[in-house]
Amino acid sequence: MALFSTSTQQRRKWGEWLTGYAFLAPSFIILAVFTYFPVAYALGLSLFKWRIMRGEPTFNGLTNYELLLTSEDFWQAIGNTIYFAVGSIPTNMAIALGIAMLLNREIQGRAIYRTAYFLPTVTSMVAVSVVWMWIYHPDVGLMNYLLNFFQIPAIRWLNDPRWAMPALILLGIWKGVGYNIIIYLAGLQNIPQHLYEAAQIDGANRWQVFRNVTWPLLTPTTFLILIMAVINSFQAFTEFHVMTQGGPLGSTTVIVYYLYQQAFQQFNMGYGSALAIVLFLIILGLTLIQNKLLGARVHYQ
Amino acid sequence: MIKKLELSLIHVFLILGAVVMVMPFAWMISTSLKSQNEVFSYPPQWIPNTLIWDNYVRAWQAAPFPRYFANSILIALAVTVGTLITSSLAAFAFARIRFPGRDALFALYLSSMMIPHQMTIIPSFLVLRNLGDISPALGLDTYFALIAPFIASAFGVFLLRQSFLTLPNELEDAATLDGCGKLGFLWRIVIPLSRPALATLALFTFMANWNSYLWPLIVTNSNTMRTVQIGLRYFVGQEGNSQWSLLMAAAVFVTLPIVIVYLFVQKQFVQGIAGTGIKQ
Repeated sequence: MALFSTSTQQRRKWGEWLTGYAFLAPSFIILAVFTYFPVAYALGLSLFKWRIMRGEPTFNGLTNYELLLTSEDFWQAIGNTIYFAVGSIPTNMAIALGIAMLLNREIQGRAIYRTAYFLPTVTSMVAVSVVWMWIYHPDVGLMNYLLNFFQIPAIRWLNDPRWAMPALILLGIWKGVGYNIIIYLAGLQNIPQHLYEAAQIDGANRWQVFRNVTWPLLTPTTFLILIMAVINSFQAFTEFHVMTQGGPLGSTTVIVYYLYQQAFQQFNMGYGSALAIVLFLIILGLTLIQNKLLGARVHYQ
Repeated sequence: MIKKLELSLIHVFLILGAVVMVMPFAWMISTSLKSQNEVFSYPPQWIPNTLIWDNYVRAWQAAPFPRYFANSILIALAVTVGTLITSSLAAFAFARIRFPGRDALFALYLSSMMIPHQMTIIPSFLVLRNLGDISPALGLDTYFALIAPFIASAFGVFLLRQSFLTLPNELEDAATLDGCGKLGFLWRIVIPLSRPALATLALFTFMANWNSYLWPLIVTNSNTMRTVQIGLRYFVGQEGNSQWSLLMAAAVFVTLPIVIVYLFVQKQFVQGIAGTGIKQ
């Protein structure tokens, strides 16, 4: 009797195990084929020289990494990416915080404002890139008309190596600010009202309230936005591919665009993979910094 | 009095900002309705003298946009449905079934969220190229290539697991007593009770895939496989720097579906981002 019951129990347990694995199988297979295996594959490929249209891969050790780290193009791409990040993120965050604070109160027409501010966030990057190409048109574009209005001479935006990146930064801020407003609004709504009341009783002025209540309590939100924004700018591609194709004179070749050029225009799969690994390490580093900085401060609900 | 003045100032600020946000869209619509002459008139004119609705017809016919739309809808829907199914199953396994290696596997799933898509595109491209040698339907430039890599989402598993964990254990005991198996319990009880989480996942999966760019750019080659986004990009190349009214008309109809969806589900969209920090 006892033996019988253990074996039923055993069978039931195995049945449950089997169900568990069966439920995991569909997602696991997809992740294995298109995420886990590719990571290993990319690591392996990065050790080979392989121009896909011309013959077989040949092993060449760490040469790709050596080529990469001594390549001017690579460092230019890194520089461009940092320029893009530094140019867009602080401005974007400052505007987002300002607007979120204005929106975080009972105010008429709040719903309409929200819709307007979030609209660029939801539209496709390709469509807005096309629109902004038109806005940046050197002869009849809206932007130069605006400059003209303020007596500033016309700029050849996307055709000028000095101005192409600022043009893309401006587009990036316009497109991305709504997303950060949403996160800042959520952060602001989590600040307990009684802290503001206490500050008021203490006779704090507005700047003091901001400096001593709002800003410190928003620190986790600010870090979250900052790191996500840095990671996003290291992954930017679409607007660069639509608007400038990395030019003029490589002034807008950001890191993912460089990867695309190497792997899918020149078909250097080995070199491209080494580039992908370096990109991964950069993003991983940023994520670890984020976790370290945030770990002690953030309290998840 | 000061309060009132302050409020007006806030409105002035907010309106100015809103105008800046909406202006490019207004300019897009304005240009899309202009004649070729008016497009290049300077100073720019906001309201066209005559509205040329025909621009939309011409843009729609100048490239295979019906096909692009059909492709995008099919792909985004297939990926969304697939993701919901695979993520529900996996989330249920992680939340409600005991089996050896569960925690390690969950950690493995979570770790895949750290891997940027750009890192896997070269190997995934090569995997599909090799699969294409086995069967052309599984190779590059197919629906399979556009759909398969995305029908599993570690983020989706994570999100749904959180939601499934909140359901009380008594529910499952009752269902088991009624002779409900695991799959029946998931389908009949867990899924209907987890609608908000599923809706968030569906919304963001659909949006992300509708707007997706780099991957379809790499794996599509023929006009019949291109999505709306890639189609629009090629349309820009085709119409070059001259047919701005047609380009803007195309931009309008590429933008419109997602804007309409957004206006209907604005609340879920905002709550989804605020609650989960979903990446764009």
